[in-house]
Amino acid sequence: MTFLNYLISGISLGSIYAIIALGYTMVYGIAKMLNFAHGDVIMVGAYICFYAVSRYSLPPLVGVILAMLVCTVLGIVVERLAYKPLRSAPSLAVLITAIGVSYFLQNAALLLWSSNPKVFPNAFVINTIDEAGNPVVQSSIDLFGGQLKVSFVTIATIAICIVIMLALLWFTSKTRLGKAMRACSEDKGAAQLMGINVNATISMTFAIGSGLAAIAGVLLCSAYPTLVPTTGSMPGIKAFTAAVFGGIGSIPGALLGGLLLGIIEIFAKAYISTQLSDAIVFAVLIVVLLVKPAGLLGKQIREKV
Amino acid sequence: MTAKTKLVPVPSPNMIPDRDIDKRPILECINLGITFGGLKAVEDFNLAIGRTEIAGLIGPNGAGKTTVFNLLTKVYQPTRGTILLDGNDTHDMDTAHVNRAGIARTFQNIRLFQNLSVEDNVKVGMDTQMHYNMWSGIFRLPTYWKEEKTAHERALELLSIFHMADLAGVKAGSLPYGAQRRLEIVRALATNPSLLLLDEPAAGMNPSETAELMENIRKIRDTFQIAILLIEHDMNLVMNICEGICVLNFGRIIAKGTPEDIQANPAVIEAYLGKKKEA
Amino acid sequence: MANKLNTLNKTNRWNYITYLLVIIAYVILQVMSSTGSISSSLKGMLVPICAYVVMAVSLNLTVGVLGELSLGHAGFMSVGAFTGVTAAVSLQNLIPFAPLRLAVSMVVAALFAALAGFLIGIPVLRLKGDYLAIVTLAFGEIIKSIFNNLYVGLDESGFHFSLLSDTTDLSENGTLIIGGPMGIGSIQKISTFTAGFILVMITLVVVFHLVNSRAGRAIMAIRDNRIAAESVGLNITKYKMMAFVTSAALAGSAGALFAMNYSTIVANKFDFNTSILVLVFVVLGGLGNMLGSIIAAAALTILPEALREFSDYRMLVYAIVLILVMLATNNPTLKSFLARLKPGKRGEKEAA
Repeated sequence: MTFLNYLISGISLGSIYAIIALGYTMVYGIAKMLNFAHGDVIMVGAYICFYAVSRYSLPPLVGVILAMLVCTVLGIVVERLAYKPLRSAPSLAVLITAIGVSYFLQNAALLLWSSNPKVFPNAFVINTIDEAGNPVVQSSIDLFGGQLKVSFVTIATIAICIVIMLALLWFTSKTRLGKAMRACSEDKGAAQLMGINVNATISMTFAIGSGLAAIAGVLLCSAYPTLVPTTGSMPGIKAFTAAVFGGIGSIPGALLGGLLLGIIEIFAKAYISTQLSDAIVFAVLIVVLLVKPAGLLGKQIREKV
Repeated sequence: MTAKTKLVPVPSPNMIPDRDIDKRPILECINLGITFGGLKAVEDFNLAIGRTEIAGLIGPNGAGKTTVFNLLTKVYQPTRGTILLDGNDTHDMDTAHVNRAGIARTFQNIRLFQNLSVEDNVKVGMDTQMHYNMWSGIFRLPTYWKEEKTAHERALELLSIFHMADLAGVKAGSLPYGAQRRLEIVRALATNPSLLLLDEPAAGMNPSETAELMENIRKIRDTFQIAILLIEHDMNLVMNICEGICVLNFGRIIAKGTPEDIQANPAVIEAYLGKKKEA
Repeated sequence: MANKLNTLNKTNRWNYITYLLVIIAYVILQVMSSTGSISSSLKGMLVPICAYVVMAVSLNLTVGVLGELSLGHAGFMSVGAFTGVTAAVSLQNLIPFAPLRLAVSMVVAALFAALAGFLIGIPVLRLKGDYLAIVTLAFGEIIKSIFNNLYVGLDESGFHFSLLSDTTDLSENGTLIIGGPMGIGSIQKISTFTAGFILVMITLVVVFHLVNSRAGRAIMAIRDNRIAAESVGLNITKYKMMAFVTSAALAGSAGALFAMNYSTIVANKFDFNTSILVLVFVVLGGLGNMLGSIIAAAALTILPEALREFSDYRMLVYAIVLILVMLATNNPTLKSFLARLKPGKRGEKEAA
């Protein structure tokens, strides 16, 4: 049963990584840039939700929607101001700009919200009454006669991840905008000649990625409830790793990479060593890339001679 | 089916010029072929080149000419067949190794070291003939100065074949197109090859530049006594300087012979101009 | 024709200008600090600046000259810091003369970092582009994790190692040198500005001489066009490894210099953010431009201090400055606007 427990928390953590990794992978696919500020958008989303719920007592769902709106706008604004002027610049210049944006977001958060850790409220609870008639806050469900305890956050995380993934697959394969997105990631010049507004498509990709980051932020902080201005960096790096793991640019790859990374991390913590879990995760990544140099689902592109 | 059972000596040496005929050919390709995902890009490619021959590889666009070059230099690993360079099988060699064994090439889409100077591009070509190690370089030991001096002199000498010695300090990427093509040839020569592969050396050149190029190709062969295999669409150049010509269409050799043979060959005319409608 | 085109003869001249500027900067700072005319906070930053300069120049060898993005350069600094301090502690009685002990420790640090660079280079250099970058990031994190859980002690029977928990079992006279997440404590601060200056000069000589030799040409050739480089017979792996290992070794010695400027050092000091910080120096200074790296490293290390008057806002201002500089130097519209401001450039364009 403990194995199953670890597996479930691994899948749950992996689902969060997968949602973040989607943002990395879509932006990489279309703009060919590593958006290092993506992790910090997660943090912003979590803060917005936190303040909406605990300061202004809004319902959690409204808090999440508000966070998504703010992050979507943030994503578009950042893209317009910082990345769009560098469309034709060398990729390293864009990378450094993204790092600048990341510093900016972290330090702005530090000024606005201070470095004191905020304890994120768990929104995934049910208020019930126990046998004695006292109100109880129930945050998890017992399975197999209490042998397996699964929190609602875990269930919600996995469910939300599945919904997002299906929605994105539908979006990219069936809708006009989604097809435009795929066309732009294949060949921007050709897409433009076919009448696709490349700039608008890139903005939209950033918007979607940032909106998803907000959801990931809320889920992450519901599961690991300490919120500080640097909350987003490590999950950001891990999710980026997950995106590469699965094959950067591939949406199913982000899901696969995220899930595997989450499971490996939890198992490494449980069975090998808590302190070395990060090292183990990265070591697995290295081994995978040596066997499959373009990630698990990535396409190896051969240079024409 | 029938192609493989034909009773023709393979490779047929009939292309090799008389002066090279008693010597072992520098290059022999035997039943060379490559398949890309089911598509046979090159099939049953048989060729022998004499030690001082200038040979031409022609054919319509997409016939597989550059693929042959990529096979010879091991950019692609052949699916079938054998390449013998001076009698040695190159099967286990990679691109760099093949170059050290004696094949140098230029590229259809120019591949210079854009940010290096013209002279340094040539010196990179000489790297495999230099011997001083990293420490001699860092500590500027006598071997460094000696070999660098020799390399500098030889680079200028090679560049002067194409009258480019005065451009030695120029950044390669800022050269005009024709000069970039010439520099690629000089860089290839700097590796001391016994076989030089030129992929469309006259592309983008005007008639007077092409005429000069023809002179230079001959001069290179005469001075260095090496074999040259070239891909070219400029028929004037091919017919004028090539001693043997091999025509490729849809990945197969459709004709081999002297320029006169090729010009008269109906299969070649058909490949280039399409089938004449019977009246 | 030749003078109309972009001639590259200036390279050597710039190398000498770089040496000269570094020497002048050293002399001025040395005079100022001996007359007490610089603030104590700046004085305390002189050694770290030297260490960051070496880090930036060595990373520029990988990113600018070899053309491969490395996101784990701090890992090599870490290897150098820990092995260097360990060497210094072990040699305390053998070499009482501190500058010599520092020098030997830096050599040891460089050797270990070079070894790490070689071992990491074997898998890393087989990959390309962003995949290579992410693997260097991964190695940086792995190195950090290992040093965070490594215990090294020394007693009369030699070194004792243990991982995860302290099971070194030292004798009574033994000392625990590396204490896991506590890092190394009570380090003798033997790094000096002069030592830093000498290390910067050595780094410059090594990098400039390497770049202006057959190895440097080959490395840059591989960067510019790998396929062409193979076609002229270059051993790609050998030259890539040469650049990578040299870069790692220099970073290692910088790590030793850096560590012995503080009384304690922990592995978390050399994390991803440090790697990124050094990468920022390199990109701002210009790829392949060593003088640029030096100036960027020095300026950006001092900048947060200089922005002190902004107090809480200083890191925010730092971020904005970083973004604006990147936009100004890389946006085509802004670039041509800036170019037009320079009268000399305009004249040149009109002439052409």
